[in-house]
Amino acid sequence: MFERIKQMIIKEFIQVFRDRRMIAIVFLTPIMQLLAFGYAVTTDVNNISTAIYDLDKSYESRELVRRLKSSGYFDIRYVAQSPDEIRELLDRGKIATALQIDRGFSSDLKNRRQTEVQILVDGTDSNTATVAMDYANRVIIKYTKDMERQRVEPVRIDLRTRAWYNPDLRSKNYNVPGVIAIVIMLTCLLLTSMAVVREREIGTMEQLMVTPLKPIELMLGKTIPFAIIGFFDVFLVTMVGIFWFDIPIKGPIQLMPLATAIYLFSVLGIGLFISTISRTQQQAMMATFLFYIPAVLLSGFMFPIENMPEIIQYGTYINPLRYFLIIIRGIFLKGNGLDILWPQMGSLFVLGVVVIAISALRFRKRIS
Amino acid sequence: MNRSTIAVKVRGLTKRFGDFTAVDMIDLSVKKGEIFGFLGPNGAGKSTTIKMLCGLLLPAGGEGSVGGYDIMKESEEIKKTIGYMSQKFSLYDDLTVGENIEFFSGIYGVSNSRKKKREEWVLEMAGLQDRRRAVTKTLPGGFKQRLALGCAILHEPPIIFLDEPTSGVDPVSRRNFWDLIYGMSRSGTTIFVTTHYMDEAEYCDRLALIYRGRVIAEGTPLEMKQKHMPRDVLEIEAGRPVEAMEVLHRQGIETALFGSLIHATVISAEHAIPTIRKAIEESQIHVFRIERIMPSLEDVFVTLIEAA
Repeated sequence: MFERIKQMIIKEFIQVFRDRRMIAIVFLTPIMQLLAFGYAVTTDVNNISTAIYDLDKSYESRELVRRLKSSGYFDIRYVAQSPDEIRELLDRGKIATALQIDRGFSSDLKNRRQTEVQILVDGTDSNTATVAMDYANRVIIKYTKDMERQRVEPVRIDLRTRAWYNPDLRSKNYNVPGVIAIVIMLTCLLLTSMAVVREREIGTMEQLMVTPLKPIELMLGKTIPFAIIGFFDVFLVTMVGIFWFDIPIKGPIQLMPLATAIYLFSVLGIGLFISTISRTQQQAMMATFLFYIPAVLLSGFMFPIENMPEIIQYGTYINPLRYFLIIIRGIFLKGNGLDILWPQMGSLFVLGVVVIAISALRFRKRIS
Repeated sequence: MNRSTIAVKVRGLTKRFGDFTAVDMIDLSVKKGEIFGFLGPNGAGKSTTIKMLCGLLLPAGGEGSVGGYDIMKESEEIKKTIGYMSQKFSLYDDLTVGENIEFFSGIYGVSNSRKKKREEWVLEMAGLQDRRRAVTKTLPGGFKQRLALGCAILHEPPIIFLDEPTSGVDPVSRRNFWDLIYGMSRSGTTIFVTTHYMDEAEYCDRLALIYRGRVIAEGTPLEMKQKHMPRDVLEIEAGRPVEAMEVLHRQGIETALFGSLIHATVISAEHAIPTIRKAIEESQIHVFRIERIMPSLEDVFVTLIEAA
């Protein structure tokens, strides 16, 4: 039994490593994806292109613009001369935000009257729009406060917010661990599903079926090599995350191997399942992506699961990524240990057992 | 027949794919050490039968044994007893010759003490002693085919199933391949082979012809020619053979030219010989000889299938 599994594993490794392109695909692409996504997948909003339409042209209005500029979030690119120009700039997508200061702004302030400024935002990108409004709001509140302070200090509640776990609110800290999880998922799914289907295509599967090799040995021989490769990939990209992106490790990093093992177990199970429903390598690749894209979008990687319709939320329970994201973010950012993460680890393990069992049954069926 | 002299025996073997009956109640019996040829046109059910015997497909009905093991219940035991090679030469193309041999000997559980010897045997048999490190996909077809056979029989199985083993291989390689099979048969191995090359069928000890899922004839090559040929074949040696053939054609007799000899297929030799001689001689062509000859297997099979 062990001799046969050993031979399968050796063979699988020879096949992967004989082809230089495969080595690149297996080890280089996860790192390259992490580097690219680590920088690109960010919800931080910086350098919002902004136009100013200042009708007041006073010291006070210029001060407000200066503060907006020095907040670092707004990049003031245009000074508009008419409302039409603002509309034109928004239409053409040249700016995302416009600030209009009406005539009388400074005199209202001086006379301690209620006054108004207008912020226009391009709402097509709702996330950026919300963030831009929020930033502008903060700048204006601060400005108002400072103006008031110059006079009498009113009694008011002073709200001070603090973000736990990620005090700088760097979205990188949140996203890079997630990218590690999704990059590994794709590599492992493709390797497993393709490896089985390739043998079916070239006819070696039939040859193996007339040998004393048992289905369970074949399954192990087809998953262990990719589990090892997956492990090594997780190690590699985690190192890049820690040393290149300075992702903090607050929790017990020694929990990672166990968590990775459970995660890979269920991912490889899904890969195996895909191989049982695909006849050709093309179909296997299509099926892999048909699973992968919803799995990423409905995992909480970008969009919080709590915001999804209830029925979809139930669907996410069969997504291994959902659990692993909580685990990996918990370990990296929150410093969670097994005491907190065990429900996720447990669920992921149960999911893995179920998926492997279903694939094993289908595997047997296909063979006979 | 004694059970211990029988390698393969099935009765009523049946396989259906949906509404289509691929193999319909066939009975077969193969003696130990025999080369058993399983013939038939494409789609007749040859491969399906072989796959059922090897445990690759579960029969829909029937019973039987391979190497003494029940085909319905003991397919795992059967797999240890047989070697199987299909027309696809199922090797790993991206592995070297040596790695393929190493892999299959591990899968077949060849003991360490035998391993070295068996590997050398395969390399020698396939003529690849100095190409151990060559990647398999770079080998010519004939070498691949022999290597595939070698890998399929590393564990020295007493029964070997070959499913169109020589398709896509050049004539010299085919010849070498059959020499190998002969050698193995002489040392007691049972060979169950499908083919549609009639010259290969002649090498077999016994034949079965399958057509549309049924065995329509069975016997040694000689028996096939004597028993199953409803028509007679005549060989005619005449002065001007091409003209003589035209004469026969005009009489509605089927003919074919073999060198300078004419072969004619007729319903009855006794009646046809005088008529043919008369017809040719009337055309001022001299007839040296007309005699009834043994039909070729091809003649037999074409006739049988047309009649079926």
